[in-house]
Formats: sequence, structure tokens, C-alpha cells
Amino acid sequence: MNTQLLLIQVFNGLVNGAFYALLSLGLAVIFGMLRIVNFMHGALYMLGAFTAFALGQAFGLGFWPSLILAPLIVGLLGMGLERGLLSRLYGLEPSYNLLLTFGLTLLTQDLVKQVMLSRFAVSSAPYTPPAALSGVVNLGFVVFPKYRLFVIALALVICLVTWFVIEKTRVGAIIRASTENPNVTRAFGIDVGKWVTGVFGVGVALAGLAGVLAAPIYSVEPYMGAELIITTFAVVVIGGMGSILGSIVTGFAVGVLAAVGSALYPPIANTLVFILMALVLLVRPSGLFGLPEGAR
Amino acid sequence: MTVLPGTPARTDRGRMARAAWLIGLGIVLLILPRLIYPVLALDILAWGLFAVAFDLLFGFSGLLSFGHAAFWGTSAYVTAFLLSHGQSVPVAMLGGTGAALLIAVPIGFLSVRSVGIYFSMITLAFAQMLSFLALQWTDVTGGENGLQGFARPNFLGLDFSDSVTRYYFALAVFTVGFYVAYRTVRSPFGQVQQAVRDNEQRAQSIGYNPARFKFTAFLISAGLAGLAGSLYTFGHGVVSLEVVNWRTSGEVVMMTLLGGTTTLFGPVIGAGLVLLLRDVLTTANLPAGIVTGVVFVLVVLFFRRGVVGTLQYWLRRR
Repeated sequence: MNTQLLLIQVFNGLVNGAFYALLSLGLAVIFGMLRIVNFMHGALYMLGAFTAFALGQAFGLGFWPSLILAPLIVGLLGMGLERGLLSRLYGLEPSYNLLLTFGLTLLTQDLVKQVMLSRFAVSSAPYTPPAALSGVVNLGFVVFPKYRLFVIALALVICLVTWFVIEKTRVGAIIRASTENPNVTRAFGIDVGKWVTGVFGVGVALAGLAGVLAAPIYSVEPYMGAELIITTFAVVVIGGMGSILGSIVTGFAVGVLAAVGSALYPPIANTLVFILMALVLLVRPSGLFGLPEGAR
Repeated sequence: MTVLPGTPARTDRGRMARAAWLIGLGIVLLILPRLIYPVLALDILAWGLFAVAFDLLFGFSGLLSFGHAAFWGTSAYVTAFLLSHGQSVPVAMLGGTGAALLIAVPIGFLSVRSVGIYFSMITLAFAQMLSFLALQWTDVTGGENGLQGFARPNFLGLDFSDSVTRYYFALAVFTVGFYVAYRTVRSPFGQVQQAVRDNEQRAQSIGYNPARFKFTAFLISAGLAGLAGSLYTFGHGVVSLEVVNWRTSGEVVMMTLLGGTTTLFGPVIGAGLVLLLRDVLTTANLPAGIVTGVVFVLVVLFFRRGVVGTLQYWLRRR
């Protein structure tokens, strides 16, 4: 294989990695603070894409307003879910959160399918990127679609901002304090419940944003999050559950490794991430960036 | 797993209640192919045994496997493969079950070292690995098309082209599988298993090795799930990618929860309810995912004891 092809694979891998990173980042934020394993994350990613599509169909809104609005809508929906349903399960085994969100996933996927079929008469719809981002860019060593470069760049920026806010700012300090010890944090006069809802909303909005970004590449389809969420779970396990930096680095790394791996040996494309996961678990059961389970 | 109802004490009343459940379930299963069409009845047996196998791990060890489709699916494929290569039904079933046990060794070894939600995600990932393997290894699995049209040669004078005969043969296999699960739970091993579930540190301090008990429970559960998977292939005569899909792993969880965890009878009843519900829905042309999802959510939120668990709770309070 020549260098040119390899480089294109690396860039394609970065695009996939951008989605893994955004999704696993949201999962990590939610898990780190709420101990919720949000199985619905894939469905919310799909809802992000679907909302952008529906906004376009119903109000003629283009990509840019949808890029802001769809994550907001998904985030608000997530906050409603947290308040209305998930909060009823706090204090029980975290498994019940997983089960509840699994049920919600089945529900959401088929609901969107019904809506798409009955309201828009399609089962899957293409979504066009804005004119400013169509075409290709010549990077000197490789020619690559402009929109895909934009996805990589935006995902990187969002990931770094999220990491910075959580690790370096006062807001992050409150979030981390609420995670470590909710009771003491409450004693300082901080309304932990509100922060929990807010964090859930932000984590879910990240999934919605990833969905809007994915729409022009993969087109809008009710089950577009179904396989992706499983890969994302594997990324989260490799990176270490709840680790912000781990989810970002592993997300991009897994994307690139899988793309390069599949160029060398195509059948391995989808399984590579799970093979990686098994190997990492053998050596470090708590993931590359995770703390040992007892230390939480 | 503090929220799960405990195992009833070994009292005379408990024994009588169990006998009543056993007889009741036995009678229903014996007349089932007269009540609904036999292929669906056999489906209930296969999924019921699958759910019992899952509950053996979830209810009695506190390990929520989200990848049990791996064992069910592997066995379903191996059984179909052996049948299409001219093996007899019992050999194909044993081969399928054996294959499920075989892959459970490395998967179990790697996953029982983790607890809680970590365990769920790891089992899920392994199952997904097998699902991609099934998609790509087309020579053996038929890829997207699956395997179909394989023979089910007659055995000991039983005519397997007759669906009622198939059902009663499956009922015999189911009974063996259910008995294994029942004996496991009621044995000293089962008692230690539940002790590990309730308080791992304490069990360890008494001198038991929790990891070993979990691993053994994992193998028994995987083996029974494999037996169930081979029953499914035997009943349908078709295997598709659906058997290794993550939705399958989730569905068995739902059946178990709906019926009632830690009850053993519950999962069978849960499987029956889900399959009957789905049968009604498909004929009524309603979107199955929406209804299944709603049922799932309601059960997790408001009905965690399940059907059998709730009944037992009422009877015991009386």
C-alpha cells in the first residue's frame, strides 16, 4: 500500500475517531458524575441527526442553525429524561440505569422510524453539508473533503474545551466535587441535583452534536446509532470508564487504528476495536486511563 | 444486588410453593402446543431456557451479562452447521452447547474479573466481536443470508418434520436444562454463589474464592444458554445474524426481569409473555420495538420484582 492511500485512511480514521471521541466523551462525563451507563447515547446521537433533518424539512433551517439548535433540543430532552425517569433509579444498582436506557433505545429508534415513514415518507434521508464546506481541500500531501476536515477540527475543539472546563475551571471543580462526595458538596451550599441534571444535559447534547455532524456523512436513519454505541462502549472500556482524557485520546486513536488496520486487512475493520479491548483488559482491567475500580 | 428479593428459606412452606410452581409450569408446558401453534411453543421453551441460563448468572451471582447472545448465537450457528453437514440432532445440539462452553472459557476468564457495569460492557463487547465474526465468516455462517434448509434427521423413530413431535423432544431437552439450573441453585455451590453475590468480602473471608465461583457460574450459564440456542435452531430450521445481535442479549434480560429474577420459574414465564405479546403485535401489524421498549421501561421503573416475584411477595405477606 502506498503512502498516499495510507494517509487518506488515517484521515478517514480521524473522522470516525471524531465521532467516537465526542460520544465517549459524553458517556464519560455522564458516567463520571452520575454513575449512569447511558445505553441511550447512540439513540440520542441519532436524534441529533434526525432533529437537524426535521428542522430542515419543517422550517427550512440549514446546517448552521441546526448545528446549534439540534444539540440544544437533544440536551433539553436529556434533562427531562434525567429528571423524569433516571432520577427514580438513583440508589439502586447502576445496572438498572443501563436497562432503562436500553428500553428507551428500542422505543426511540422505532418511534423515529414511524415518524420518518409517516411524516416524511422516507426510511433514510441524505443530508447535505453547507455550501461553504463542500468540495475538497488540497493539503499538499493529500486531497481530502472539506467537510470531513471541518468535522475533525470541530470535534477536537469541543473535546479540548470540555476537558479544559472539567479539569481546570471552577465549574469543573464543582462537578468533580459533586462526583467525589455529593454530601459534603451539598454542605457547601451547592445544589448537586441541579448540577447533575445540567451535566447530563451537556453530555447528551454532545451526542446530539455528533449526530448533526454525522448526518451529511452517513445520512439520517433511525438505527444509525445502534452499532456505533457498541463500538463507543468498547472505546470507553479501553480508555477507562469515566476518564475524560482517556475517552478523547482513545476515541481518535481507535478510529485511526481501525481505519489503517482495515486497509491492511479488510475483514478486521469492525472487530479490531474489540480485539484491542480484550488485549487492554488482559493487561489493565480498568482501562488505559482509568483508576483501579476499588479507587473510585 | 440489594434490591433483588432474597432466595426463600428452606421451609416446608417454601418447598410446597416450589412444588406448586413446578407442577403448574409442567402442566402448562405439556399442553402448550394445543393452546398455541407448536413452533411458537417451542420458541418459548428455547427462550425460556435461555432466560433461565441468564438468570443463573444475573439473579444468583449478581452479574448482569449484556452479551449472552454470544453463547446462544454460537450454539445456534454450530448446531445449524453440524446439521447441514449430516449430523444427527443430538450430536448437533451437543456440539453447539460444547462450542458455547468453549468460547465461554476465555470470555468468562476475562470478564468475571470486573464487577457491576464494567462486567456488562465487557460481555457486550465480546458478544459484538462474535457478531462481526458471524457476519464475515460467510463460509460457515452464511453471512447476511444465514443458514437455512438444513436437515433434521429423524431420531429414535421420532419424526422431526412434525412440529408437535419437535416440541415434545424440545420439552425433554428443556427439562434436562431446567433441572441442571434448579440443582445448581439448590446445591451448596448455589448457596455460596448467592453468598458471593450478597457480600463478596464476607464470602472471601470465610475462605471461598469469589472469582472461582463466578467463573464456574458463568460457564454453567453459558452452557445452558448454548443448549437453549441449539433448541432454537432445532425449532426454526433457520439461523440468521439476529441470534448474535445485541438486541438478543437485551431481550433475554427483559424476559428475565418481566418474569422475575432469582425465581427460575419467572424467566420461563417472562419469555412466554414476551413472545406471545410479540406474536399478537406482529399479526396486528404494530411496531414491536415501541411496545417492547415501553414494557421494558415500565418493568424497570415500577415492576422490578417481575410477575413471579410479585406473586411470591404477595403470597408470603399473606
